[in-house]
Amino acid sequence: MKKFGIKGVVATGIGTALFVVLTQVQIPLVIVPNTALQVRAALLAFMSAVYGPWVGLIMGFLGHALGDALFYGSVWWSWVFPDAVFGLIVGLFVKKYAITEGGFAVKQIVTFNIVQVVANAIAWILVAPVLDIVIYAEPANKVFAQGALAFVANVIIIAILGTLLGVAYSKIGARSSSLKKEN
Amino acid sequence: MGTKLLTYEKKDTWIDALCGVTKLVFFLCWSITSMMTYDTRILALMLVLSLIIFKVSKTRWDQVGTVFKFILFFLCINVIAIFLFSPNQGSIIYGSSTPIFTLTSRYVVTIEQLFYELNIILKYFTIVPSVFIFIVTTNPSEFAASLNRIGISYNIGYSISLALRYIPDVQDDFRKIKNAQMARGIEMSDKGKFMDRIKHTAAIIFPLVFTSMGRIDTISNAMELRGFGKHKKRTWYMARKLQRNDYIVLIVSILFMVVALGITYADGSRFYNPFL
Amino acid sequence: MNPIIEFKDFTFKYRAQMEPTLKNINLKIYPGEKILIVGPSGSGKSTLSNCINGLVPFSYKGDITGELRIKDQDPAALGIFGLSKIVGTVLQDTDGQFIGLTVAEDIAFALENNLIPQDVMKERVSQVAETVEITSLLQHAPSEMSGGQKQRVSMAGVMVGDEEILLFDEPLANLDPATGKRAIALIDQIKKQEQKTILIIEHRLEDALYRDMGRIILVADGQIQADMTPDELMCTNILETHGIREPLYVTALKHAGCTLQAKDKPGNIDTLDFTPYKEAVQNWFSKVEIPTPTTSHKEVLKVEHVDFSYIEGKPILSDIDFSIYQGEMVAIAGKNGAGKTTLSNLICGFIKPTAGNIYLNGDDIAPLSIKERGERIGLVMQNPNQMISKTMIFEEVALGLTVRGVSQEEIERRVNNTLKICGLYPFRNWPISALSFGQKKRVTIASILVMEPEILILDEPTAGQDYKHYTEIMEFLKQIHEEKGITIIMITHDMHLMLEYTNRTIVIADGQMLSINTPAAILTDEALTEKAYLKKTSLYDMAIGCDISDPPAFVDRFISYERGLR
Repeated sequence: MKKFGIKGVVATGIGTALFVVLTQVQIPLVIVPNTALQVRAALLAFMSAVYGPWVGLIMGFLGHALGDALFYGSVWWSWVFPDAVFGLIVGLFVKKYAITEGGFAVKQIVTFNIVQVVANAIAWILVAPVLDIVIYAEPANKVFAQGALAFVANVIIIAILGTLLGVAYSKIGARSSSLKKEN
Repeated sequence: MGTKLLTYEKKDTWIDALCGVTKLVFFLCWSITSMMTYDTRILALMLVLSLIIFKVSKTRWDQVGTVFKFILFFLCINVIAIFLFSPNQGSIIYGSSTPIFTLTSRYVVTIEQLFYELNIILKYFTIVPSVFIFIVTTNPSEFAASLNRIGISYNIGYSISLALRYIPDVQDDFRKIKNAQMARGIEMSDKGKFMDRIKHTAAIIFPLVFTSMGRIDTISNAMELRGFGKHKKRTWYMARKLQRNDYIVLIVSILFMVVALGITYADGSRFYNPFL
Repeated sequence: MNPIIEFKDFTFKYRAQMEPTLKNINLKIYPGEKILIVGPSGSGKSTLSNCINGLVPFSYKGDITGELRIKDQDPAALGIFGLSKIVGTVLQDTDGQFIGLTVAEDIAFALENNLIPQDVMKERVSQVAETVEITSLLQHAPSEMSGGQKQRVSMAGVMVGDEEILLFDEPLANLDPATGKRAIALIDQIKKQEQKTILIIEHRLEDALYRDMGRIILVADGQIQADMTPDELMCTNILETHGIREPLYVTALKHAGCTLQAKDKPGNIDTLDFTPYKEAVQNWFSKVEIPTPTTSHKEVLKVEHVDFSYIEGKPILSDIDFSIYQGEMVAIAGKNGAGKTTLSNLICGFIKPTAGNIYLNGDDIAPLSIKERGERIGLVMQNPNQMISKTMIFEEVALGLTVRGVSQEEIERRVNNTLKICGLYPFRNWPISALSFGQKKRVTIASILVMEPEILILDEPTAGQDYKHYTEIMEFLKQIHEEKGITIIMITHDMHLMLEYTNRTIVIADGQMLSINTPAAILTDEALTEKAYLKKTSLYDMAIGCDISDPPAFVDRFISYERGLR
């Protein structure tokens, strides 16, 4: 893993600020009442995929803890750690996505999505419910249902918005020497 | 959308004068105790204590009111969800079942269930004031400095500092971009098809995310030009030395956690069982 | 004396580029000098300064040939941290440079990184804060401060480490004219008090020359094209050739047929001796004709006694009252934070007036939603990157129509039409990322024009642009203004823009509307410009210097002569 250097510090800081601000942006799912797609989840996936595991881990942790504390006045630790775990896992494969080099094409998009589904599964179907049971002694069926719902919601939003962010950012970085003016 | 963020506000109280690290340790001890214990007596005591501290810290209602209402709403949903998913959780925990009335054959309201859910509600109410107090009485600059003191790398401390520094800027950009896009006809409302809503959201957050990312390079350069990362350590302008009060609070916090958890686990279970 | 900075046959090529950005630079800078580096965008002047502070080659990699010595040392051996002890850099983006949570912490940042003990740090910070006059703001957060104040903090933040060389990258870019003037005065004062070597990179030449400047170095095409005193430089045509705007009085003197002499000290309006040129200028003044303006009397926008406040009793804007007529180009000007943006937010409906009404073509627009207003009043943001959300040009321009459910054929027709007007048609299938800043700006203007609004509001359309791009953007706006007869309102503190492109200017200061008048009348009114943090034009001083009794008329004639040349 690459060192957590000056770029990492700044990316984490700005990423966290974005994550906190985007806490208020949610897309309601019509099918299930009272659940919403968290736009910030797509941001975390994207930033981790661009800046790697350290940024993902710390940004997931700080962003979730700070965002919840500042907006909702409570920190639900059993849901903070899964975001950190998620950022870490997505970030581990940073080289495979080649987003900054402008190479985020079909193969890389598939890789990114496989990784995000697995990472989401570990974070929300495993880590979150287990912590909920261990820390808060909540009923198992309730927390697994909640975890599963969070898993589905995050997979959807990241598959769409996370991928789109990656594609758009990859294009910004790409060289475009083959362009010609048309009449 | 106009949610008000909790913010630090300077006040002249002894709580305000404590070091960030002291408050962090208190906050962590308090959170851990509140998370671990299901001992109703301890939770009740913590509730009373946190209300007292809330009073002493001179936190005003209008600083936290909106957020508090939101928590209340979330709490209600959670309590109902627990009942819907697991109406017998209380009976399983306390080993007895004392029905009060029957809704359907699956949903029988028992005293044990009510007592279990009361404990959950108590947990919320013990943790929330501590978060409020922590945020509204802790100077963010001093906090970042103090993290370094408890062994957290200054890189992470500075990430937090930067996040807090740039949240207002990002928030402001977000508002500006949202307004301009709304004028173009792109609204993030609840109406419209699902895919349209995602597209509209994308139209607002893409410019926000990409311009913010452009900033990362500028800030990195600015920090590097001013010698950030030169040495393994750094000093902090806002760092404060621990005072007498800090030591008292630190000792009391840790003692409280140890004693409270000791009492909780004295009988081998984290639950206090009045039904025995 | 040995030079403190010396370039010898220095060439630099960025890794990702084919051609070197700096070619064969030879330059000596001595301790205690104060030097202005000018050059158009992409000339290499920023690269030159990045070589001095070490961002090149430590952050931006590339190949160097030739030699650079700073304080008789090799930058490669010093490293970026070693250089940071000699060279202090104030970046253009004050929000990016201000990284502390409060003023005091930001100033102390470099000291913290150098492990300076806290007590020494506190003393040093309060000393420097006093020098730049921000002592009362030490506990403030950046969000509570104006651009000018933030810049002072940035200066303090580099002075605190006692670097010998101070490098300012476009210090005037985001400031209103009066604040910019104060910044230049402060830099001058720092140089004198602290014996620093000062390098300023700036393309706003006239403003930068407000105080004495030892030499001006003109960089273009990666080479040094001129290295002379301001007085000498004004007597040449080099500035014009390389697309740098001359001070207005110099242009006016040239229009009057004068040949400038260095001995008359034309480097600064205050030192220039007008005696030899007086007659020619007076002659020219009497000859230039002013076309009578054709004004429409059809009211497009009427703002009637509008007040706005967030908190009762603390008005942000009070009693704003004016009308704008069909086909006008109007500027809203005034101090940073005076309420200009609030006014445009009110017109666009992002916020609601506390009192008063706004009419568009006679209709009260209070009942219209933001989206409905957006169809009639188009807003173009300052930074095009904050508006662009699609990757392809066509899609971006079409976006406003697509979300309104306009038919595909109609979209094609209108978008293509707009792209043609905006000169973007040949690029229609390009990704936006391949465009220059100016072209992106055009895309955002096109994306608004496509909805055929009655009014176009632009926030700082030319901020941070060099003369060439400024002219490009403004000529483009002028062209669509003429072709489409659209009414244009621009929020700006660029006085050249007001003079050259608007027929009237609304002046706002501290939430009050001070005046609505022709730019020539406003920029020759000493009391008004002072109150609104504008700066009276040098043409005014020139008119006085040449004994012309009616300075506003002189300014008017200069402008119409200039317009005639375009």
